[in-house]
Amino acid sequence: MRRAIVFTVAFLLPGLAWSDDRRTGYDDMNADLQALQDDPMNPATFWVLDGERLWSEPAGTTAQSCADCHGSAEDSMQGVAARYPSFDESSGTAVDLLGRIALCQSRHQQTAQPRDRSDPDRLALLAYVTHQSRGLPIMPDEDPRLAPARARGEALFSSRMGQLNLSCAQCHDDNAGGYLAAARIPQAHPTGYPQYRLEWETIGSLDRRLAGCMTGVRADPFAPGSPELVALELFLKSRAAGLTVEALPIRP
Amino acid sequence: MSVLINIPDSAAPGEIIEIKLLIQHPMETGFRTGPDGALVPRDIIESVTCLYLGEEVFRADLYPAITANPFVGFHLRADTTGEIEFIWTDNAGVTSREARTLTVA
Amino acid sequence: MTLSRRTALTALLSLPLVLQTRAALATPESMQAALDDFTGGAPVTPGRVTLKIPLLVENGNSVPLSVSVDSPMTAEDHVEQIAIFNEINPLPDTARFHLGPRSGLAAVETRIRLNGSQTVHAVARMTDGSFWSATTDVIVTAPACREV
Repeated sequence: MRRAIVFTVAFLLPGLAWSDDRRTGYDDMNADLQALQDDPMNPATFWVLDGERLWSEPAGTTAQSCADCHGSAEDSMQGVAARYPSFDESSGTAVDLLGRIALCQSRHQQTAQPRDRSDPDRLALLAYVTHQSRGLPIMPDEDPRLAPARARGEALFSSRMGQLNLSCAQCHDDNAGGYLAAARIPQAHPTGYPQYRLEWETIGSLDRRLAGCMTGVRADPFAPGSPELVALELFLKSRAAGLTVEALPIRP
Repeated sequence: MSVLINIPDSAAPGEIIEIKLLIQHPMETGFRTGPDGALVPRDIIESVTCLYLGEEVFRADLYPAITANPFVGFHLRADTTGEIEFIWTDNAGVTSREARTLTVA
Repeated sequence: MTLSRRTALTALLSLPLVLQTRAALATPESMQAALDDFTGGAPVTPGRVTLKIPLLVENGNSVPLSVSVDSPMTAEDHVEQIAIFNEINPLPDTARFHLGPRSGLAAVETRIRLNGSQTVHAVARMTDGSFWSATTDVIVTAPACREV
């Protein structure tokens, strides 16, 4: 009987896999921080502007710019950040948007490798591309080849880790809305990455944030851009499907 | 390092306008240690000055307690069409400048 | 209750640590010295200054602050300077704003770092040499300068 009801609801409300008591980090911030995010004098703006400049700047040995292939980012990049991570044909793996930018740089611009994931220019491009999805709903890529990685991400989300022996789900599903010291525990929807964290005093990507979480439970964090982190992002994005992409957010 | 300047293009004579500046800068305090345990040298913007037709009309002295990417907002009485210049200087003495034209009519 | 050996030892051992930490921070005394430096020891009267700052701050790395002063801002009678002081950052001086009659309005804003809950002071110097002030107690739940 219960299964029948669930089935009916799922059938009647396709795409609404989650009832919307979902809250974003923005919803959980106080009015002062929300005002800072909404202010035109939001410091994250600098990275969007840097990214805009870099978009049409020739780079690497091919001296090609992003714009040479993709044209105007406002057209070609609209909605891209809302559906990433995606599947990379030639490597046969899931890649996040920062990984995609890195692949583009090495394959098409033939820039010197390796560059750090947190390379400021790359983060600026990520910020600029993500900015083209601001206000759009998160729409996870339905490519079936992503399913194994997404399932792995879901399993990781519920896996206990670290000396505190805690899983993501224990905080962000079971105790979301509660408090860890004075900080409200968010539901962990990745609606806005990269983001300007006051804690960092700069912008950073989702993998930097996830590493912070793992360090918090005294676990050895997965490497930036690792298959585990891409898998987690795939799951988090499907869990956040339909929520609005913030670009670029402020977080405490 | 770039800057965002929020200033109207034009104003009525005698109108008081609001000017806001956001400067891209780490504002490294000089009190923090880096991964090697050594102090990270201080790197801050020490002053932000606004000149109106070449005359200083506002200055802010900033200390390490000002946020990274410092923000300053102030007011100015518009009376003559002309250049409004913004000058900011860091603790190494490096100066940057940016100007806008305000039309008063 | 008698002082146990352990308590005494703990107190002794923690004393140098406490002293060391205090030495690295601005204290209300060193803030008073910075304030005296600004005023030249002249009296400061509470009033005429409005200090707007959140009472509860989630992250001390960026705290919005605005100050306005009741003044006609004429050539003869205006605010010359507004100084902001804090009590427990490493330095008490936070910001100083130099204004004049061309300002039109004595209202400034910025964003500051606060290394913990404390009282923030705004002091204005007028053309007649008088000093006016406002203070606000701020609670910071995650102070600036903490380890990430």
